Amino acid sequence: MKDLLTVNNLTKSFDESGPVVDSLNFEVKEHEIFALLGPSGCGKTTCLRLISGFERADNGEVCVDGHLLESPSQHVAPQDRGIGFVFQDYALFPHLSVIDNVAFGLTDIPKHKRKVYAEEVLCRTGMGDYKDRNPSELSGGQQQRVALARAIAPKPKLVLLDEPFSNLDAMLRDTTRKEVRDILKKAGMSALLVTHDQEEALSFADRIAVMNNGQIEQVGTPEEVYYNPKTKFVAQFLGRTNIFKADADGGSKVNTNLGALNLNCDASGSVLCSIRPEHLTLEKPTNQPPEEVGTVLGREFKGHDITYHVQLRDEKYLVHTDNRVLFEPNDAVVIKPLESAVILEAEH
Amino acid sequence: MAGIIAAGVLLPLVYLLIRAFGASPEMLNNVVFRIRNLRLLGNTLLLTFGVLVLDALIALPLAYLSVRVKVKARRFITLLGVLPLAMPGYVMAYALLGMGGYNGTFQAWFGLNLPRISGFTGSLLVLSICTFPYLYLNLRTALLGMDRSIEEVSRSLGHDAQSTFFKVILPQLRPAFLAGALLISLHVIGDFGTVSLMRFETFSYALYLQYIAAYDRIYAAWLALMLLGLTTGALVLEYKLLKKAIYHRLGRGVSKAKTYLDLGPWAIPAYTFVAIVTLGAVVLPVSSIVFWINQTAFASVSGDLFEAFLNSVKASAPAAVLTTLLALPLAYIGVRYKTKLSNPIERVAYLGYATPPLAFALAFVFFSLQVSTALYQSLLLLVIAYSLHFLAEGIGPVRSALYQAPPHLEEAAQSLGYSSIKSFFKVTLPMLRGGIIASVSLVFLSAMKELSITFLLSPIGFDTLALKVWSYTGEAMFAEAAPFALTILLFSSLFVGFLFSKEWKKT
Repeated sequence: MKDLLTVNNLTKSFDESGPVVDSLNFEVKEHEIFALLGPSGCGKTTCLRLISGFERADNGEVCVDGHLLESPSQHVAPQDRGIGFVFQDYALFPHLSVIDNVAFGLTDIPKHKRKVYAEEVLCRTGMGDYKDRNPSELSGGQQQRVALARAIAPKPKLVLLDEPFSNLDAMLRDTTRKEVRDILKKAGMSALLVTHDQEEALSFADRIAVMNNGQIEQVGTPEEVYYNPKTKFVAQFLGRTNIFKADADGGSKVNTNLGALNLNCDASGSVLCSIRPEHLTLEKPTNQPPEEVGTVLGREFKGHDITYHVQLRDEKYLVHTDNRVLFEPNDAVVIKPLESAVILEAEH
Repeated sequence: MAGIIAAGVLLPLVYLLIRAFGASPEMLNNVVFRIRNLRLLGNTLLLTFGVLVLDALIALPLAYLSVRVKVKARRFITLLGVLPLAMPGYVMAYALLGMGGYNGTFQAWFGLNLPRISGFTGSLLVLSICTFPYLYLNLRTALLGMDRSIEEVSRSLGHDAQSTFFKVILPQLRPAFLAGALLISLHVIGDFGTVSLMRFETFSYALYLQYIAAYDRIYAAWLALMLLGLTTGALVLEYKLLKKAIYHRLGRGVSKAKTYLDLGPWAIPAYTFVAIVTLGAVVLPVSSIVFWINQTAFASVSGDLFEAFLNSVKASAPAAVLTTLLALPLAYIGVRYKTKLSNPIERVAYLGYATPPLAFALAFVFFSLQVSTALYQSLLLLVIAYSLHFLAEGIGPVRSALYQAPPHLEEAAQSLGYSSIKSFFKVTLPMLRGGIIASVSLVFLSAMKELSITFLLSPIGFDTLALKVWSYTGEAMFAEAAPFALTILLFSSLFVGFLFSKEWKKT
């Protein structure tokens, strides 16, 4: 599929403390939902504001649909970019009713048709019944949908979403996320989401770019970044994991405290590895060498599964098991790997 | 205690009513339905409306420039927005009157014999310059507090900066406009100093003429009631309009790095505008006053100057302390114990503030003459009248400070073994210090500048700075008035500077 948004070498600093956004490169394809995932302060929101034109880039380019919008010598004003924006706090106009909020951006169609069309879009987001309400009379989830309707009403090619679900409570968040994704997919729009919530990025996006310190560490599908993280940061940011150093044998095996482990690729020498807790399981010791026996330090029962903290020699491991595997603290256990370990890039 | 305050405000007003309705029916008919009343109403409304329009034209660009636009001298523009607060209307009127005429400032400087500006035009100019800070401050606060992402949304929906200003920013400023307009209307309707010097017949001026010259107390009482009616009208109108215009800030908003608009081709008009406002509101009036200072006149009034200054302090200082002492418990009850009763009590404080000062003072005159002649024209009554009139001004800063001192802190002190009274004194009161100082200074400043209440209630022979400026100007003795006007100006600027120094630090 064609690239809709291309971001090329995008760089921005606010003061002497170094760039907030540092040489970013990525592209969002047509009809794709793309997430920028990273901790707060990593520069993801600034990146969004550069794409929307609210900030000027120091360097690099932003192109949408083949049109250059931002470069050191070019700055298309935000109102001329045709990019929708959904803010974290929704930013509904308090002086306008719900329908007038949605009709606000419809300047290209004749006046008498605006409300009719705005209502249509509102209905698509399930807010048709609330069109005459005041924004202050809506709940957070409802405001969120109005903000989305307002952003997609002028049919922008690209919608930017800045932490759009972070103000919703946990229950509402999951359902809203799914609904928003469906609305965007039905409208055939590309979307760029910024979030610090890995679960949100994994479940909402088609592809994810993981950001740290103004740079992208890895881009890939949710499965790729989760199962095959390239760096220690990506591995840890996307969920709990076990990280350890080990010696590779030059092939696809590595020697660890857990015994010989399979690797996701060939390597030799000392390497940094990651293996997710759910890719390990626990068994009772059979007392047959070369078996390594560890001790259960503690456990977290989470309903559908259990996380065990296990001490093995001088290292601690996390193991997720299903809730039928039952051990108590101080039990002797053996850790069995179920999948290969992943090699991480050496840290600089 | 709250009851005493309420009684203090309401009881005199009752005496005003008694006086007004103490006339025979024919007389009532004669007094109430005079054509003159209609003319007074027309004049008062015209002046109020004119001042509102002119103030909006000054305050909105100034506020926008100082908050949203990339300008040089942002601090100066902010200062310019509040500086006229230091200039009481009668001092400004004095400065304007002193400019024109055969021996006026303009004649001396430029050889220009301008006609002396007075009447409607004079009142309009003076009151606009003196009151635009009320609107400026409201607009500035509103602009600072506005959710910036709302403007960005508008831009992302295809509206340019200009369209965003008219469709998104301006509508959201409505509550601030209304709040500022109410203050200005109350000020203009109640103004006495300016219109009396400019000889423009509004209700206040007619009331003064009636009371002093004609000594017709019944008609004076009726004029005071009409004045009150007009004020009530303004309050009701504002309330009705505001009810439609309250916009809740939705969501918490994320504080973002402030971005300022580029002036672009507007640089020259913008700085010209700032220069004109500076010239009209500060440079010309101040230099006109300084111009009039001369040795002979100064020598003749220097003894009076010190005495008048002392008298001003003698009345204002106790009033400032008393007001803050009254304001503390009222604000505390209002903030901490929201009951059905606490709200009306605070309203009473605002009633005293909103009542036109001349009508307020007249009510006190009637009250003291009926109840105790010993009180009439005593310093005590003057101090009490000041306190009850300026109570609302005193409550404001204390209340804001109280909001910064959450009740949890007192509870924390209590959990550490302090009694509730002790925790108030150990924890809350120290946090209120700034608010209390602001409250005392604000009331002191207002009382010192106050003219109409002082005029009607001060003891015989008790001349304050304000009275001196007003009476000398009334007789066109500009040179004699100058030292008094300058003293007020210096003092006020000092206080305004002090009160707003915290505010400047924020920008």
